[in-house]
Amino acid sequence: MRQPDYRTPHIGIDSVEHQSRLLELWEGEGGLKGFLGTVDHKKIGIRYIVTALILLVFGGLEALIMRLQLAGPNGTLLNPEQYDQLFSTHGMTMIFLYALPILSGFSNYLWPLVLGGRDMAFPRLNAFSYWIYLFSAIFLYVGFLTGNGPNDGWFNYVPYASRDYNPGLNEDFYSLGMIFLGISVTAGAANFIVTAFRTRAPGMSLNRLPMIIWGTLTANAANLVVIPAVSLAFFLLWMDRQYGTHFFDTSGNGQPLLWQHLFWIFGHPWVYAIVLPAMSFVSDGLPVFCRRPLVGYPYVALSTVATMILGFGVWVHHMFATGLPGLGMSFFSAASFVIVLPSAVAVFAWLATIWLGRPVITTAFLYFSSMILMFVIGGVSGFMTAAVPTDWQLTDTYFVVAHIHYVLIGINVFPVLGAVYYWFPKMSGKLMDERLGRWNFWITFIGFNLAFLPMHLTGLFGMPRRVYTYADGMGWDTLNLITTIGSFVLAVGVLLFVINVLKSLKSGAPAGPNPWDAPGLEWSTPSPPPPYNFAVIPTVASRTPLWENRLGESGVVSSVDRGMLLSQGKESIGSSAVDAEPDMILHMPEDSVAPFLLAIGATVLFVGMLLKVWFVIGIGVVLIALGTLLWLWPRRDLREREPVHG
Amino acid sequence: MAEPQLSPDVIVAAPRDLQVGPVGRHGLGYWGVGTLIATEAALFSYLLFSYYYTGATAPVGGWVIEPHPALKLALPNTILLLLSSLVAWIGERGVLERKRAQALIGLGGALLMGIAFAIIQTFEWQAKPFKLGASSYSSLYFVTTGFHELHVFVGLLVLAAVFAWTALDYFSPRRNLTVSAGVLYWHFVDVIWLFVFFTYYLTPYMGFGT
Repeated sequence: MRQPDYRTPHIGIDSVEHQSRLLELWEGEGGLKGFLGTVDHKKIGIRYIVTALILLVFGGLEALIMRLQLAGPNGTLLNPEQYDQLFSTHGMTMIFLYALPILSGFSNYLWPLVLGGRDMAFPRLNAFSYWIYLFSAIFLYVGFLTGNGPNDGWFNYVPYASRDYNPGLNEDFYSLGMIFLGISVTAGAANFIVTAFRTRAPGMSLNRLPMIIWGTLTANAANLVVIPAVSLAFFLLWMDRQYGTHFFDTSGNGQPLLWQHLFWIFGHPWVYAIVLPAMSFVSDGLPVFCRRPLVGYPYVALSTVATMILGFGVWVHHMFATGLPGLGMSFFSAASFVIVLPSAVAVFAWLATIWLGRPVITTAFLYFSSMILMFVIGGVSGFMTAAVPTDWQLTDTYFVVAHIHYVLIGINVFPVLGAVYYWFPKMSGKLMDERLGRWNFWITFIGFNLAFLPMHLTGLFGMPRRVYTYADGMGWDTLNLITTIGSFVLAVGVLLFVINVLKSLKSGAPAGPNPWDAPGLEWSTPSPPPPYNFAVIPTVASRTPLWENRLGESGVVSSVDRGMLLSQGKESIGSSAVDAEPDMILHMPEDSVAPFLLAIGATVLFVGMLLKVWFVIGIGVVLIALGTLLWLWPRRDLREREPVHG
Repeated sequence: MAEPQLSPDVIVAAPRDLQVGPVGRHGLGYWGVGTLIATEAALFSYLLFSYYYTGATAPVGGWVIEPHPALKLALPNTILLLLSSLVAWIGERGVLERKRAQALIGLGGALLMGIAFAIIQTFEWQAKPFKLGASSYSSLYFVTTGFHELHVFVGLLVLAAVFAWTALDYFSPRRNLTVSAGVLYWHFVDVIWLFVFFTYYLTPYMGFGT
């Protein structure tokens, strides 16, 4: 029987019968098959968040061991090789396995809820990107736990990483693991882009998008085009190491600086990719606790995009000490200065929001607002190193280490912890303990600043980074001891956070749909939201759908309990890219194990490449081909094909 | 699209006659292939960047091992690949216009032409006077053309699947996004070859790296 190609959706109101019908359509299977096959963005989002937080703890433990070694001069806890692997694995874990995946987790969970949709554009791709993330993290950690962790820093310069100087499997694990992880990031990026442009509730035009969409969309538009640079760099390195090519090796006319260019063409946009979404959490969350909309929304949105665009043109500031021509360096130096402007727009918008609002001091507010302070400190130290002469003085010292930690802990970890306090009630239906939250915040905040503020001085006093120990009498002893004490205080803060999450999950007070009286669409759903998110597709009339009655600005009001029912299958709404006019009814896929099988195939392939066993590589390729065919086979329930001979 | 309901100031979108699922090229899948092409195009631009950067910073003279790359196989093969795009397009038109024979001949023809390109490319590799490990130039040549060959393999698998599904009569003038998306990917594989061909076969004649 031919299915209809066009339909006028029924408009109706939310009702119990309608909800039970939707639940039947949307609720996935239980059991192992349901576990491996789920495509629900909320489950996938939580998996991302939990996995990334576990990896944050791993990376933190690695840091604590290093800080014990460095607490005093002439430390003997670690030998140089162990120290090399620890600091490299710490960087790899925090920057690649924690910092982006945690943000993707929040965005995965929240995007359809803030956009008024029922799932991401490509739910199976979403599941796939999670499995690849998990398996690549395991792959990289198998390397570390078998003594084959990366040992050349997270940015892994040649020739240290070349086989002549690094004969073990360490760099092969790292190279292949990073290519593997890149697949996950790219798949996620594609999904975010199409979701943002094509699956918004009616009325959610570009000028009404929540900031989390701007931040994550911008970051992932960049990821889509810069991930290939780092994947290629690691692939070429692996070829140099295993197949005798000469990309980075001067003996065959190769160019070692090519590594640095490819790495930083990726690396600097990546720095923005792991902070812009976190900044957008603040832009969405902070105003809720200031009881007013974000000041300067269009400027903050545009500055997000502008930061990213400028961010493509600053990578050479990581290479000022490599002897590049002066004219080129001055260009990249200037671009690095200019990027201060859009960053400042965001800072002043947040400050104005607090100034003009009536702040309610919650733990989430403390995390969001303290981030502004640390962003300024990290921004200023970055601004200093944008000047070529200053950079020459400070490069490869602890000053740069202090800078990167202000940026990554200040602008990523703090907003993320704030985001947990803010959205945990939505995800779990429980409130977190505010009293424990204060202890958690203040200990984290004091520990962090105690550890890293003095580290600027350590660097100015000339202590080089990446040394496994140092002699006494250099003037670094006290500063290092303070940093070590601060890092343990910070760890206690994180421990309190974990305790608060577990305790609140078990015995937190019920949250209700909107415990913060927040304006976003996600707060119009029950906590936790049902599998279908919205019983009716909402219609959006402003940036703050749940605050319209009291703001009384627009004269029209969004509708959250009356709208398109879309219950003749697992349906959601597709919309036009700019104005979010409804333009198609989407048929969403059921649970599927194809993404899991495909990820297993990819794992087999990468293990085969690591071991250089063609038979295993062959099995991996066949599994991937079969998984892809199973996945893409045109299906009638997705309206991808006609009934045969019908 | 929006019409007032109940209370005069609550707006409820009530669109009419929405397409259900993908119709023609209009569907999320086409955007999905677009993002795939964007990321793959970026990959090739980094490969070509590596070529130009390494060549431009190499010690003066003789970086390109073969200063006048032989075009005897490469040029006709390039033309063959470009023509296969045209043939694939004719096949796609066949699906869109419900002309079954044209669809199968077009998609099958593009598949065969692609296979021929891939085979001729292996002869081209054998005819090169250098091996993978000879220098940075040879490494770049084989890895870049090798990456392209891999993309040709993937494109051929896509074309084969689309051909088989067309033979099974899965598609109609309305439901055919799979065909259009597959053919779009094939166009990409062909267009990107032009950049590779220009870089590796023509710029040495203009004096780059020689």
